[in-house]
Amino acid sequence: MNSARFPTTRSSIIDALSGDASARERAFGTVIELYWKPLYKSLRFKGTVSAEDAEDLTQSFFVAALEKTTLTSFDPAKASFRTFIRMLFDRHVANEWKSRTRLKRGGGATALDFDAAEQELSRDATASLDPEQYFEREWARSVFAAAVDRLRAWADAHQKQTQFAIFTTYDIDGDASYKSIAAQHGITEATVTNYLAAARRQFRAILLDLLGEVTASDREYRAEVRALLGKDAL
Amino acid sequence: MSWLSDDAVGRLRDIAEWPDFSGTRYTIRREIGRGGMGVVYEAEDGALDRPVAIKVLDNAVTTPRAAERMRREAQIVAGLEHPAIVPVHDVGELAGGRVFYAMKLVRGVTLDAFARDHGLPELVRVFLRICEAVAFAHAAGVVHRDLKPQNVMIGEFGSVLVMDWGLATSGDGEAFGGTPGFMPPDRAVDATADVYALGVMLRSLGAKLPRRLAAIANKAAAHEASDRYATAQQLADDVSRYVDGVSVSAYRENVAEKALLWLERNRALVAVLIAYIVMRVIVFLWIRR
Repeated sequence: MNSARFPTTRSSIIDALSGDASARERAFGTVIELYWKPLYKSLRFKGTVSAEDAEDLTQSFFVAALEKTTLTSFDPAKASFRTFIRMLFDRHVANEWKSRTRLKRGGGATALDFDAAEQELSRDATASLDPEQYFEREWARSVFAAAVDRLRAWADAHQKQTQFAIFTTYDIDGDASYKSIAAQHGITEATVTNYLAAARRQFRAILLDLLGEVTASDREYRAEVRALLGKDAL
Repeated sequence: MSWLSDDAVGRLRDIAEWPDFSGTRYTIRREIGRGGMGVVYEAEDGALDRPVAIKVLDNAVTTPRAAERMRREAQIVAGLEHPAIVPVHDVGELAGGRVFYAMKLVRGVTLDAFARDHGLPELVRVFLRICEAVAFAHAAGVVHRDLKPQNVMIGEFGSVLVMDWGLATSGDGEAFGGTPGFMPPDRAVDATADVYALGVMLRSLGAKLPRRLAAIANKAAAHEASDRYATAQQLADDVSRYVDGVSVSAYRENVAEKALLWLERNRALVAVLIAYIVMRVIVFLWIRR
């Protein structure tokens, strides 16, 4: 994570995916982290594919993308990376479905927790959403969740576990007051305020860096920030 | 990866979007406007215990160039001390490179909303104030470049304020820009660009402007820059002449119109004369009886 004054958005996803092995692996890891769940869940949301088939299709999509390097064909002039990957996934699902070829499961390097995704499907409020809106909403949830995970890792690495715990209690669980948090951690309310402000600052920087990692240009980065944080975001 | 509820996502979205003013003298209250580069919030200045408006660089554009541009905007506006230009109180930078500046909080309505329920004479007076503010900026070497009814506020007590100087330039080679419909066809970036936008704005104030006023609007929004008023001051002078009922440079009146103007201008004198003549006629008729 880079905590420079300005988010490091200018390292293009295209450069990273076509770069050396470690850069490629890192970039691919981030793509999987942000997109596997929205893709899997939106496929399940359509209601035409069983959980087992959706697992196969999601796994095989990322395996194929890694092996065939299809992600490097991304052209930022035509669409955002988010739109591109969704289009690739839809095409993959259509092709696989047509040939009825079942790929071996577990071919990817990353273990995807499909059971958790299935549980989330039953918890998500989906009334009045179409598949497009559902994907967008799950993409946002996925990006925020990935940023929270990175914040946790940052807190562990910098001995800021109390900051992260306060952030979790107040901003994620949303069911505590400054007073109760102060009592719980044996600190003053002013310290709670300062810890929360520091954690939030770090969270913002992480979130913007994360978006920077999966965009290819300043323009796309700005559009993604607006899509995620703008007033019209789902 | 942990699952986040919709409420948690909403809170995190607010946290990421809202500027972090902790450790400063300001407390953010609510968002009141959003432009291409910045978001404007109503805030409380804790040091002076007064409400202010704060423009903060948008999260999506926190590049060094955008930050520099925002600082320059604050400096340009702060350098324009005029009753119709919103005063800037402070400029600073938040964590993450979000530059902000604090200014007077203007409570009122934008000109397009104001125009919906006010008559032309009132609107022309407002327009004259706008021209004078822009002329003042031009005299200081500043071109606004984004004049439109939405960027003019009419305050609670009738004050007129030209807002959003985000595209303003002080003549150092800025690229062409603005709002479609208000940008000159010749892609000018000098004072004539503002004159053009003012002409379009004047046209928008009434479905059917009086002939002389329409001529002023047409001259200001002429296709060729050379056919426009050279400065906003010249435009202001012509509008002022229109308000005073004297001949304007943009329109050549015929004899009847000139006579009508003279009558309009000398209404009191004409009334006294008519009263005198009527009285004389009555006296004359009474004597002849």
